[in-house]
Amino acid sequence: MPSNRSLVLSATAPPQAPEAAVPTPGGPPGPAARRTLNRGAGLAVAAVLLLAVLVLSICFGAKSLSPGQVWHGLADSGSPYYTVVHRMRLPRTLLGLIVGLALGLAGAVMQALTRNPLADPGLLGINAGASAAVVTSIWLFGIGTFEGYIWFALGGAAIATTAGYLVGGGRSATPVRLALAGAALNATLFSFVSAAMLLDSASLEAMRFWTVGSLADATSSTVVRVLPFVAVGLVLALVLARPLNALALGEDSARALGSRPTAVRAAAIVAVTLLCGAATAACGPIVFVGLMVPHVVRTITGPDLRWLLPYCAVLAPVVLLGADVLGRVLARPGEIQVGVVTSVIGGPVFLYFLRRAKAVRA
Amino acid sequence: MRVLRTTALSVRYRPRALAASIACVLLAFAAMVVTLGSGDYRIPPGEVLRTLAGGGSMADHFIVVQLRLPRVVTALLVGAALALAGAAFQSLVRNPLGSPDMLGFTEGAATGALVVVVAGGSSLALACGAVAGGVATGVGVYVLAWRRGVHGYRLILVGIGVSAILSGVNGYLMTKAQLMDAARAMLWLTGSLDGRGWSDVVPLVVAMAVLAPVVIVGCGRALHVIEMGDDVARALGVPVERVRLATLAAAVLLTSFAAAAAGPVSFVALTAPQLARRLTRAPGPNLIPSMLVGAVLLTCADLVAQHAIPGRQLPVGVVTGLLGGGYLIWLLAAGRKAGRI
Repeated sequence: MPSNRSLVLSATAPPQAPEAAVPTPGGPPGPAARRTLNRGAGLAVAAVLLLAVLVLSICFGAKSLSPGQVWHGLADSGSPYYTVVHRMRLPRTLLGLIVGLALGLAGAVMQALTRNPLADPGLLGINAGASAAVVTSIWLFGIGTFEGYIWFALGGAAIATTAGYLVGGGRSATPVRLALAGAALNATLFSFVSAAMLLDSASLEAMRFWTVGSLADATSSTVVRVLPFVAVGLVLALVLARPLNALALGEDSARALGSRPTAVRAAAIVAVTLLCGAATAACGPIVFVGLMVPHVVRTITGPDLRWLLPYCAVLAPVVLLGADVLGRVLARPGEIQVGVVTSVIGGPVFLYFLRRAKAVRA
Repeated sequence: MRVLRTTALSVRYRPRALAASIACVLLAFAAMVVTLGSGDYRIPPGEVLRTLAGGGSMADHFIVVQLRLPRVVTALLVGAALALAGAAFQSLVRNPLGSPDMLGFTEGAATGALVVVVAGGSSLALACGAVAGGVATGVGVYVLAWRRGVHGYRLILVGIGVSAILSGVNGYLMTKAQLMDAARAMLWLTGSLDGRGWSDVVPLVVAMAVLAPVVIVGCGRALHVIEMGDDVARALGVPVERVRLATLAAAVLLTSFAAAAAGPVSFVALTAPQLARRLTRAPGPNLIPSMLVGAVLLTCADLVAQHAIPGRQLPVGVVTGLLGGGYLIWLLAAGRKAGRI
């Protein structure tokens, strides 16, 4: 499929021409309208998929519950499963939903912003920025709770996003430059993280579990705290869909279409920061979700962000929760942290894209 | 380029490169003397020199030769080995970023070592695990990036991808270890020269004695030609594939042995050849100057690591990581202005 190949190369193939949303009255629906219909149906299928993964995530664990038992546990406070479901499985599943959504959207916005198919919050060092800030808060200020370090994580993510964007070459970033800038940031920041972990064994104990990326410690209060940040990020990302589409046509065209490129870029960086910072603060750095999901989605929807973003928002949690369930099932009675599962699954996908991409042959 | 001739022998050399190399040797020696004299028990430089020459008191001899010298020698050798491997790699892939750090070998060595730590193995097993992990990753990256030849950027991006996978695995292995083991593993993963004895130095000396001549004497001139392009090299009669394989194998082994001795010290392999190139202003792989710069870098970094925070010792890898990451960012910014990357 030549069209797909070109999409993998440049995330910013110009979006499709505006479509007639309404079919011609009386006649059969036009091709554009049919495509809209298909995409709508696809989104509905994705939503069903998400529902299924949500149920799986509540059912599986150290002890598996049947859907009936889960229902009892959810609804009936007298049920023996009430505590398990409400204290552990439900917060964990909801956190996975929120964090997955955040990472998927952040990846899609990053890829559009940098015109770079390899953009991923983990590979570009954004997670490392948040990690470094969180370590600082644990090491220097003895902060050990999510409420305490969410602000640090956001600050660190903001600095790393901006730095990566600037070092990577800003609007003229090539995939290689951006990946290298990310690698440089990652290396520098993780040197700092390991220094902290070595000098202070309390940091080591807290961080060695946190740096893998795990949903295991989810509590309902974490869910409540992370929600506002992701919600604002989500709204911002969706609002930016159209301006970012315009930006994909090039700076001059975007300006001619009435968009303000600098403002759009700044807003996109704010959205990515909110999404990644909150996700990283909640469950540690998780790599590759933000890379994989937009890639797969783009083959379904094309590059139009107005469709790409909603699809990512629905399908990224499917991937994250799926990976989490897999990690719980594979290593019973223990578990493999979700960050490990996503990197082991996502890495090969990344390598596959590399082998296919022409741009990398240079 | 100048030539030194005697009746039997002639040697070509570049005056600037020679001067830079001599400066590096002097600097490395100075850093060595300062490191040997500093610590809880201070010894003035004059005394250190006298002790090294065979004089000095019994106590000084014990502290300098038995306690501190192995560490410094390890630093010199690890720095030299990493830099030599880096110079060979960068020359082969014709890219300043094609160093073992960027290609995931160091992560691979770390994975090998962590498996040993989690299994509760000895220090020797840990070193073997590191070598095995590094070599396996080297082979894996090479195979994955291979498509009618291995070319610069794909190799690097494949390396970044493989690093990301392995760092996930490494994180998992860290959570599986006991806290004491985890601390040991963390120290090793960062790259540390703490507590090195003569038994750590011996394998390194052997590896360098065998591999350095292979790279410098065996492949040096061929690498110089290969930098001009495979076709040119073939036309000039260089067996390109054989040189490439030999150099790669030697460089991977050098990296792995260095990692076995001091852990995956980051960025020396990346920065040393670049600094050497700027110092000598000579074309080609600059193998010997790179090696000397690497030795200087690591000894100086270790000196900084020991004294940066009063009362606490940082592992040397933290210093090289912070400096090297900064340098890489600068390299990217400079490369962008020059329109190269």
